Amino acid sequence: MMIKDTYPVAAGDMTVAGDVSARIKRQMKRLGIPSDIMRRVSVCTYEAEINLVIHSMGGEIEFEITAEDIIVRSRDVGPGIPDISKAMTEGWSTASNEVRNMGFGAGMGLPNMKRNADEFSIESTVGVGTNIVMTFHI
Amino acid sequence: MTLKKIAEILNAQWLCGQEDEDRETHSAFASDMMSDVLAFVKEDTLLLTGLVNGQSVRTCEMLDVPCVVFVRGKMPQPDVIDMAREIMLPAMVTPYSMFEVCGRLYEAGLPSVKLE
Ligand SMILES: Nc1ncnc2c1ncn2[C@@H]1O[C@H](COP(=O)(O)OP(=O)(O)O)[C@@H](O)[C@H]1O
Ligand SMILES: [Mg+2]
Repeated sequence: MMIKDTYPVAAGDMTVAGDVSARIKRQMKRLGIPSDIMRRVSVCTYEAEINLVIHSMGGEIEFEITAEDIIVRSRDVGPGIPDISKAMTEGWSTASNEVRNMGFGAGMGLPNMKRNADEFSIESTVGVGTNIVMTFHI
Repeated sequence: MTLKKIAEILNAQWLCGQEDEDRETHSAFASDMMSDVLAFVKEDTLLLTGLVNGQSVRTCEMLDVPCVVFVRGKMPQPDVIDMAREIMLPAMVTPYSMFEVCGRLYEAGLPSVKLE
């Protein structure tokens, strides 16, 4: 079972934020991915997708399954993150009040991703964009 | 505790999924911040929230939450209820405040989710 799908994520529209993660989750369900892994992948894709919507100018989520792993990649064009260690701190957030009123912007997204993925890497260039790779061993 | 019992204790109105009222839930988590929910909620955990937009339903879908309770009598928009119905997420709305909802359920024996 080898799968590699790429889903575009538009910036700004919270009403559809989560649609890509829901599609990925349904696909994992169809494929019979064990529930613990499915849950961790879902948390990570959803947090990544929300970040694309609220912090970037648009990007994509790539979902790949290999013989050993599930790999989720998030890439965007956007402002980038000037201080990654700050951004990785629980509770640190630059999200607007508007975003907070929609239930996000608690500053837990990146820490949640790191905690749930077996491997997590993030690269960001200010003024260019951000890339995240998360690997889950099946 | 069954969803039926929870609905009784909270004097709640079902929005969808009442056919699953015999489903059991073993703990609860209360928050309006979905990232906190994503950080702490385990399987079989009931979500109590004042957030009535689609992100609350999406969050439940991601975590396989067995039921969502909207507090303070806040009614989600019909499209949000449709979304819950579509993913077969039982949902109800209670007139009580978050504090009272938590107090009533805790008193009735429903424990908090264990924080790691
Ligand atoms: N894709 C991104 N592009 C630009 N900045 C980002 C991106 N993802 C995260 N950030 C920055 O890192 C901070 C922390 O992110 P996160 O932990 O997801 O918390 P939150 O999204 O709740 O603010 C954000 O507030 C933002 O400043
Ligand atoms: Mg975030």
